This record gives sequence, structure tokens and C-alpha cells, in this order.
Amino acid sequence: MDLGPHAVFIVASYLGAAAVLAALIGWLVLDGRRQARALEELEARGVRRRSRGG
Amino acid sequence: MPAAGRRVTGVSCADPLQGLNRAMQNQSLTQKLANPTRFMDLSGRLLPWLAWGSTSIIAAALYLAFFVAPPDYQQGHTVKIMFIHVPSAWLAMMAYALIAASSFGLLVFRHPLADVSAKAAAPIGAAFTLLALVTGSLWGKPMWGAYWVWDARLTSVLMLFFLYLGLMALRSSMEDEALAAKLTAVLALVGVVLLPIIKFSVDWWNTLHQPSTGLTSTVHTSIRTPLLVSAVGFSLLFFAMHLKGMRNEVLRRRVKALRLAEVERAQGAGGGRVAAPAE
Repeated sequence: MDLGPHAVFIVASYLGAAAVLAALIGWLVLDGRRQARALEELEARGVRRRSRGG
Repeated sequence: MPAAGRRVTGVSCADPLQGLNRAMQNQSLTQKLANPTRFMDLSGRLLPWLAWGSTSIIAAALYLAFFVAPPDYQQGHTVKIMFIHVPSAWLAMMAYALIAASSFGLLVFRHPLADVSAKAAAPIGAAFTLLALVTGSLWGKPMWGAYWVWDARLTSVLMLFFLYLGLMALRSSMEDEALAAKLTAVLALVGVVLLPIIKFSVDWWNTLHQPSTGLTSTVHTSIRTPLLVSAVGFSLLFFAMHLKGMRNEVLRRRVKALRLAEVERAQGAGGGRVAAPAE
């Protein structure tokens, strides 16, 4: 595919966008897993909120 | 007790459980979503649809951008940068509007999820603002001959990026989360004045950045269609990431509450001393 004389700017834009969005999605997914794991560990130890666990 | 005092949102409390159920049925959507458990349930079901929908539409936009859209008569193939620059710029402003609305919801209505929404939207909005700046710069070099000019539109968007960073820095600088939420909300509402400045900067000042072309203007369909498809795909992606960020924040707050409960229970059991977590 011929993107013309400014191909480097076009490719850099799309790669930059892909990198930023991939980093953001990766961070969100990893953060979600970390929080879910921490919650599971606490619940496995029998920790309950005061309103439920007394 | 007056009759009104025995009612829950207009429902007689002769049978308290039935009254409560009716009251919950009469709740507005925002009231229903005020319950984090219900929000987690709804968002958990919605998120895969948003994620797959945005992925499919962005894939279609990429196909249209690289295999269908012709080169522009003035910009040549460089117009392809617009297919990510314009949606990024639009989402940079929309994310801030969402933060401002959420901040208003926190300060005025004390909605339990308002701060969760504002906090989750900030890094995503900052990322889209960064993308708008970078892709605009990469478009500007071949078209204007410069990566950057201190033009009113570019400068105001740069200020928006710094405002996002300021919101995140202010929140993370305080340990008291409730106070941090309120102060961040006040700053977000003060900063909302930047949105009309960005929007109308091309009309108020003589800028190098072109005025808004709009979606119903003279842009040819062959260029406008991939632009619209890309904008829809990016918007769905934004909402998917925002929901995911909100879900993460709800989980983080649950973890924090449980850790606090664990410490308090250990202190109670140990006569004030912090003991090891209970089995």
C-alpha cells in the first residue's frame, strides 16, 4: 500500500494510538485482576464488612 | 406521625417489605445504579458487548480508512490521521464533560458512584487528550510545516491535558479519600470553563487550526463515513474502558473496606493491639 510521501507520519500516528490504547487497556485489565484477587483473598480469610460479619 | 411520614417515596408502608420493593421499582436509573452491587451486575453484563462492539467497529473503521477512503485532494493520504485525531479530540472533551457532570453529581446529589465515575474517567480522558495532541502534531508537520504552534486551539487543548494531570495529582496527593474527592470535584467544575474555550477558540481567535467542519458539512462522504465509523468505535471503546475503570474502583474500595474491617476486628479481639488476620 502506497501512503505517499508522508507515510512515516501516518504510520507513526496509528502506531502511537495503538500503543497508548494498548497500554491503557492493559493497565485496566491488570488492575482489575489485582483488585479481584485481593478481594478473593480477603473473603477466603473470612473477612466480612461490619454490617454483614458483625 | 403524619401520613406522609409513613410513606417511602409515595408508597404506603402497611407492609414494610412490600413498600420497600415498590419503592425500589419506582427508582430512577441513577438511583438504581447508586447501589454498587447492582452497578457491578449491570456493568458486568454490558462490558463484553461494549468491548466486542468497539473492537468490531474500529476494525471496520481501519478497513475503510486504509482500503476504501481516497486520498484528500489537498492533504493526500495524510487525511488518514484525521480518522484517529478527530475522535481522540472529541473524546478528550467528552471525558472532561463526564468528569464535570460526575463532580456535580458528587457535590450536589452525593451520588455514591459519582466520584467513582470521575476518578475512572480522568486517566482515560488524559490518554485521549495526549493522542489528540500527538496525532495533531504528526499531521501538522507535513501540512503546516511545524509540529507545534502556539495557536489558541492547540494551546487550550494542551491546558486541558495539564488539567487532567492536575486532577489526578491532586487526588493522589491526599490520604483522606473523601476530602480528595471533594477538592478534585471542585477543581473539575472550575476547569470546565476550558471546554467552551477549546470549542470556540477557532471562532474567537485567528488560529492556524481550521474551524470545525462538523459532520454535516462539505466533507465528502468517502472521507466522512470512515470518520463517523471511527468516532463511533472510539466512543464505544471509551465507554468500555470507563466502565472497566469504574468496576476496578468499586473493587478497590471493597478491598479497602474489608482490610479496614479486618484491622478493626483484630484490634477488638486483641484488646487494642493489631493482631494477625483472622483465619
